[in-house]
Amino acid sequence: MLGYLLRRILYVVPIALGVTLLVFALLHLAPGDPVNAVAGPDAPADVVETLRHAYGFDRSLPEQYLLYLGRTLSGDLGVSVATGRPVAGELASAFANTLILAIGAAIVGFSAGIGLGGVAGFHRGGPIDHLATALSLVGVSVPHYWLGMVLVILLAVQWNLLPAMGMAAGGAGPWLISLDQVRHALLPVLTMSVIPTGIVARSVRAAVGEVLEKDFIQALQAKGLRQGAIMRHVIRNVSPTIVAVLGLQFGYLLGGSILIETVFSWPGTGFLLNEAIFKRDLPVLQGIILMLAMFFVLLNLAVDIAQAGLDPRMRRS
Amino acid sequence: MTASSFSPTLKDVPSPRAPSHGYWSTVRRRVLSDRVTMACLIILLAILAAALFADALAPVDPLKTSMVKRLKPIGTPGFLLGTDELGRDILSRLLFGGRMSLLMGFLPVANALIVGGLLGIAAGFFGGRLNMAIMRTVDVFYAFPSVLLAVAISGALGSGMKNAIVALTIVFIPPLVRIAETVTTQVRGLDFVEAARASGAGSLTIIRVHLLPNVLGPVFVYASGLVSVSIILASGLSFLGLGVEPPQAEWGLMLNTLRQAIYVQPWVAILPGVMIFITSICCNMASDGLRSAMEIKL
Repeated sequence: MLGYLLRRILYVVPIALGVTLLVFALLHLAPGDPVNAVAGPDAPADVVETLRHAYGFDRSLPEQYLLYLGRTLSGDLGVSVATGRPVAGELASAFANTLILAIGAAIVGFSAGIGLGGVAGFHRGGPIDHLATALSLVGVSVPHYWLGMVLVILLAVQWNLLPAMGMAAGGAGPWLISLDQVRHALLPVLTMSVIPTGIVARSVRAAVGEVLEKDFIQALQAKGLRQGAIMRHVIRNVSPTIVAVLGLQFGYLLGGSILIETVFSWPGTGFLLNEAIFKRDLPVLQGIILMLAMFFVLLNLAVDIAQAGLDPRMRRS
Repeated sequence: MTASSFSPTLKDVPSPRAPSHGYWSTVRRRVLSDRVTMACLIILLAILAAALFADALAPVDPLKTSMVKRLKPIGTPGFLLGTDELGRDILSRLLFGGRMSLLMGFLPVANALIVGGLLGIAAGFFGGRLNMAIMRTVDVFYAFPSVLLAVAISGALGSGMKNAIVALTIVFIPPLVRIAETVTTQVRGLDFVEAARASGAGSLTIIRVHLLPNVLGPVFVYASGLVSVSIILASGLSFLGLGVEPPQAEWGLMLNTLRQAIYVQPWVAILPGVMIFITSICCNMASDGLRSAMEIKL
C-alpha cells in the first residue's frame, strides 16, 4: 500500500505542472499583447511598460513560464484587472459559495442516484429500473441551464414558492448558512443534481448487475445466505467503482457550475469566471481555472487512494 | 442505458435465423428493426432537414425585428410560436438557429474524431516513447472538467463561433485519443496482426488493412455518443455569450436573450431549450442503439 501511495502521489507532480503550463498558455492564447490583458485597456503607456517588465513579458516564453510558476507556488495568483484586488482573495469567497451548491447537489444527486441505481440493479426490468434508465437518459441529455430556467418558471414565477436568483446573506452566530440562503440555494442545487443523479444511477445499476452475474453470488445463494447478507457482498464489490464515479461527479459539479451560477446569479467561481471573461480579466480567469483544475487533480488522487483502500487488487497494478 | 430497455416488445425475442450476410448487414438489420433507434434517427433527420431548408420553411426573416410585435404568445396569427424580445419570429429563428447549433454540435466531434483518432491509433500502434508522450499529454487535459476546459479556452480566445468550435474540439480530442489507443492496443495484440507482420506487411499496410477496420467501429460509436454532449456544451457556450454572436439565431443564444422574458412569456422562452433537449436525447438514444447493434462494449 505504501509503495502504491508514494507512486500515486508522485504522479500528481507532472500532471500539476502540465496544468500550470496549460493555464499559463491561456494568457498567450488570448488575442493581442498579453500585457494589455494584465494592465487593462485604459492603462497609461508607462504603467504598461512597468507591468511588462514586472510580469516579464519582455523575456522568452520559457522564462515567463518559470516566473509564473514561481509566483503561483508562492501563492501569488496576480491582481484582478477589474478590481485591483489580489485574485486569491476574490477566489476564496467565490469558491466557498460554489462549494455550498456542489455539496448540496452531491447530497441530493448521489443519494437519489445510488438509491435508484441500486434498486434498478437488483430488480432488473421492474418499474424502478425503467424509471432509473429513463432518468439517466434525461440526466445526460438535458441542457441543465435550460432545466434551471424551467424550474424557475415553475417554482418561482408560476407558483411563487422559491426565489428565482441570488444568494441572500449568510447565517448569523453559530449558523454558517441562513434559512433564507437555503431557500435561495434549493433551485440551483436541484438543477445541478439532475446530471449526477442520472450518471450515478446508471453506473450503480450497471455495477450491481455485473456483480450479481458473478459465480460467487451463485455460490452464496447455494450456501443459503439470506438476501441481506448477499447484498453486503455486492456493496463491498461495487464500492470501488462507485467511489470513482462519485469523485468524478463531484469534480464536475464544482468545475461545471458556471452555467448554473449564471442562470441563478449565484456568486460562486462560475459567476466570477463569467464576469472575468467579459471584462477580459485574464488574471482572474487564470486563477479560477488553475484552482478548480488543481482541486480536481487532488480529488482524483483522493479517489484513487480511497479505491486502493477499498479494493486490494488496485494496489498491485 | 441501452435503447432496448425502452422497447420491451423487442427485447429477449430471438429473431428468426437469417442467412449470414456478414457483420455490416447484421448491424443494418438490427438498427432497422430497433423501433426506438429508428424513431430517433428519423427525428434527427427531420431536424437536420428543417435546418438545411430553413430558407424555404421559415415563414419570415429571422432577423426582422418589430417593436410593436414583441413577446407575442404561442399561437399568434402569423407567429406560430410567438416572438422574442425584439419582435422576431421564434419559429423562423428556431429553424435558422438549428443550422448553427447542429454545426457547432457536430463539427467539434468530427474534428476531434480525426485528430484524436489518428493520435490514439499512432500511440497504440507504435507504443514506446510516442505512446508515453501522447498519453501523458492527454492526462493533463483530463485534469480539467470538460465544461471548465471549454469555457477556459473559448474565454481566453474570445467569443465567436470559430473559437467555440476550436475550444470544443480541444475538449473532445483527449477522450477520443484514449479510446482509440485502448482499442488499437487490443487489436494490435491479436493473432492476425502478428500473421500479417510475419508475412512481411509494412506498418502502414497493417494499419490500413487490419487495424483501421477493427478500430474505427468502436471509436466511431464512442464519438457518436459525444455529439449530444457537444450540442449541449456548444449551446451552453452561446448561452454564456461565448459562441454564436447576435443577431444570429442559435438555440443557446436565443435561450440567453429570452431569459429576461420568463416573467412575460415563459413558454416562448423555453422553446429553444426544448429543441436542444430533443436533439440531444435523440443523439444519445441513436448512439446507444448503434452501440448495441454493433455489439460494442465500451
